[in-house]
Amino acid sequence: MGDDGPRVRTYLLVYVLLLGLLGATTGLAFLDLGGAGAAAALLIAAMKALLVLLFFMHLRGSPRLVWLFAGVGFYWLAILVSLSLSDLLTRPWFSSVLGSRP
Amino acid sequence: MNASFPPTEPYATLEEQRDSATLGMWVFLSAEVVFFGALLLSFVSYRISYPRDFDVASRQTKVALGTLNTGVLLTSSLFMALAVRAARKGERRGTIGWILGTMSLGFGFLAIKAAEYVLEIQDQLFPGPHFYLPGADPGHARLFFLCYFILTSVHALHVTIGLGLLGVLAVRAAWGSLCREKGHQVEIAGLYWHFVDLVWIFLFPLLYLLGRHPPHG
Amino acid sequence: MTIPLGARVPENYLTADYRLRSWLFTTDHKRIGILYLISLTFYFFVGGFFALLMRLELVTPAGDLVQPETYNRLFTMHGVIMLFFFLVPSIPAVFGNFFLPLMIGARDVAFPRLNLASWYIFNLGGLLALASIILGGVDTGWTFYTPYSSVYSNSYVLLAAGGIFIMGFSSIITGLNFIVTTHKLRAPGLTWGRLPLFVWSLYATALIQVLATPSITIALGLIGVDRLLKVGIFDPALGGDPVLFQHLFWFYSHPAVYVMILPGMGVESELITTFSRQRPYGYAFIAGSSLAIAVLSFLVWGHHMFVAGQSVFASLIFSLLSFLVAIPSGVKVFSWTATLYKGAVSYATPMLYALGFIGLFTIGGLTGLFLATLAVDVHVTDTYFVIAHFHYIMVGGMVMAYLGAMHYWWPKMTGKRYPEAWGRLSALIVFVGFNLTFFPQFLMGYLGMPRRYHAYPPEFQIYHVLSSAGASILGVGYLLPLVYFLWSLRYGAPAGADPWDATGLEWRTPSPPPTHNFGETPVVTEAPYAYRLREDEGGSP
Repeated sequence: MGDDGPRVRTYLLVYVLLLGLLGATTGLAFLDLGGAGAAAALLIAAMKALLVLLFFMHLRGSPRLVWLFAGVGFYWLAILVSLSLSDLLTRPWFSSVLGSRP
Repeated sequence: MNASFPPTEPYATLEEQRDSATLGMWVFLSAEVVFFGALLLSFVSYRISYPRDFDVASRQTKVALGTLNTGVLLTSSLFMALAVRAARKGERRGTIGWILGTMSLGFGFLAIKAAEYVLEIQDQLFPGPHFYLPGADPGHARLFFLCYFILTSVHALHVTIGLGLLGVLAVRAAWGSLCREKGHQVEIAGLYWHFVDLVWIFLFPLLYLLGRHPPHG
Repeated sequence: MTIPLGARVPENYLTADYRLRSWLFTTDHKRIGILYLISLTFYFFVGGFFALLMRLELVTPAGDLVQPETYNRLFTMHGVIMLFFFLVPSIPAVFGNFFLPLMIGARDVAFPRLNLASWYIFNLGGLLALASIILGGVDTGWTFYTPYSSVYSNSYVLLAAGGIFIMGFSSIITGLNFIVTTHKLRAPGLTWGRLPLFVWSLYATALIQVLATPSITIALGLIGVDRLLKVGIFDPALGGDPVLFQHLFWFYSHPAVYVMILPGMGVESELITTFSRQRPYGYAFIAGSSLAIAVLSFLVWGHHMFVAGQSVFASLIFSLLSFLVAIPSGVKVFSWTATLYKGAVSYATPMLYALGFIGLFTIGGLTGLFLATLAVDVHVTDTYFVIAHFHYIMVGGMVMAYLGAMHYWWPKMTGKRYPEAWGRLSALIVFVGFNLTFFPQFLMGYLGMPRRYHAYPPEFQIYHVLSSAGASILGVGYLLPLVYFLWSLRYGAPAGADPWDATGLEWRTPSPPPTHNFGETPVVTEAPYAYRLREDEGGSP
């Protein structure tokens, strides 16, 4: 680890991008996008997160092992959310057996 | 200032010690992802169950203050990255300065959050016995604000812990005892701080923005 | 470093410093392992005491020993103490702490001070749990299902849940420490493919500890918020979803059972190889199956919720995935059995426990498949069938592995040998007592005896009497080692560095080891478990 990391210019560029994305996400929220609104908001959040991870947290240039542990939490979270939602979203499918949701 | 000191037990080299500390923080952060994720699952699951009521409730959040706060936290992340850079280069004044800058923004975040809480309590949005929100099922809207207060206060707790860590580092840098690990502790604290920012990057749209546009009809 | 004239050179980690503060402020992983051993032995007998009271009550069909509310508290505290304050930490905190650095040729774990902190945090959590017991206990079951636990229970839920909440941090810290230690502190030449299988199992366990524990932290934390602020997060009357709690709870608690058994499987691999003097059959498969279990264990939690109101669709998915998770466990059992084949098998006490483990764990595991089958589970869920299933794995498997590890590594940790004849006798008593206690439970569970009931129809009494008789025998089997291990500290024969003539770096250092583990950092040049090799070469280590 002899180098000093990304240059100041890189940090500033990333920062400007982040602020731009922030403006975009707040602005888009006021538009009528229906279901796509939520998707857009989450997509923009993911992009911001990637910028912070890659540049501010120095993931870019980190060893593979660090990449693994950076990703592993999200992967496990995805499991928790997807399998739990697979229950929640499909309960009405057999509502005659189990009773209906409020 | 960056003379080489021997590593502490049980490490053979300073580099091994630094790499271990970095890996350790990333492992810890992966646990934190699941931690916040479990809270988010609760929120998402209720949101899916009560979309209308959650939309109405979500529109009561102060989106201007929330946006401002997001900007504050993003800026603090920039300052933190610059602090880490200064520490790596052994610049004592720069390190202390950028750390203090990060901390002020962190305190600013907490202050704005506290202001929001005060406003929300005054508007009877705190999910206690005086909760009142017309236009939505009271139980469901209350659940929204329950999730809101829990998520944001747990996040604020993490911000506070981060401020504590940074405070300790600023003091150490001022006393000159930061040289020993070549400022690596600043990098580790930086990872934690950026993570706290990451959580907010997801909390903000989920709590403030979804349902912001009133539905037609 | 020059030693002053007349200074006493410390012989080992035990004699290095006798002051109490040198123990309470130690960062030596070996001492921390011993500290955990003391704490965990205490909690094991506390949890066992509750089991004893339960089995006494169950000898008669009528509820005549304790009140129903008291019985609820007994089984809750038995579960809470045994699971969170014994089984989850057990092998990793004691033997993992002691032996992981030794096995990889390191001087300590990656974060020694965090290691000490984890022991204090563990005991802080334990204190809260003990406080809840002394004040009257909790009656929700160790599963804390809502809304009973969050709204209606009048027992000390906050204290008990708080204790588990705090203990969770201790678990995460241990896991984090072991992950970084295994990645970063291996001796030169010690590639992943040369690691002892015990290390592989500790690593897989650590992954689960780090990634699963936060979920129960949140689940119990939300119960705490609910009870303190009375807000109704899980209260259906206010729109809350009790099944959401169960998702959060079981997302941890299912992988947690693998946290409990994986280290036992790691010990098993060490014992089987040493006492049959063979390389493990399928080293890569055993190592890989540990990782597979760690990953797959996270995908099956809904099999605890088949009758909870979970959708049938999700239940089908979880049922299928539960069948999959049995496969790596099966791989291990086949590998251990194949390792025994044509080996020079000897029957020292650790091996008796190891052999018992194979059979009992297999029974437990197979009955898990019964439970994973959706239709069968509807019939046997919440009966003694489930109880027998998990006790076969946890007690017949895990506790036997723990005892096997105790006997195997006791000479190394203390420098003393325990009396072998008593060891074998106790192992036999444990085996007989265990089966007598828990096999009848399969039968009565299938016939409909519900769990958590203190009074029952008279036709079940014969099973309960057998079970309680077995429990008293099992209790004797557990008390005997307590006695003779303590006896051996004073009167036991001294043990050499390698009393079992085993491979592995931990046997290449004196018994007890010096504080710094190794004089010089070892360099590893040969494959692990090189038993054949050494005999071919004439037997020098």
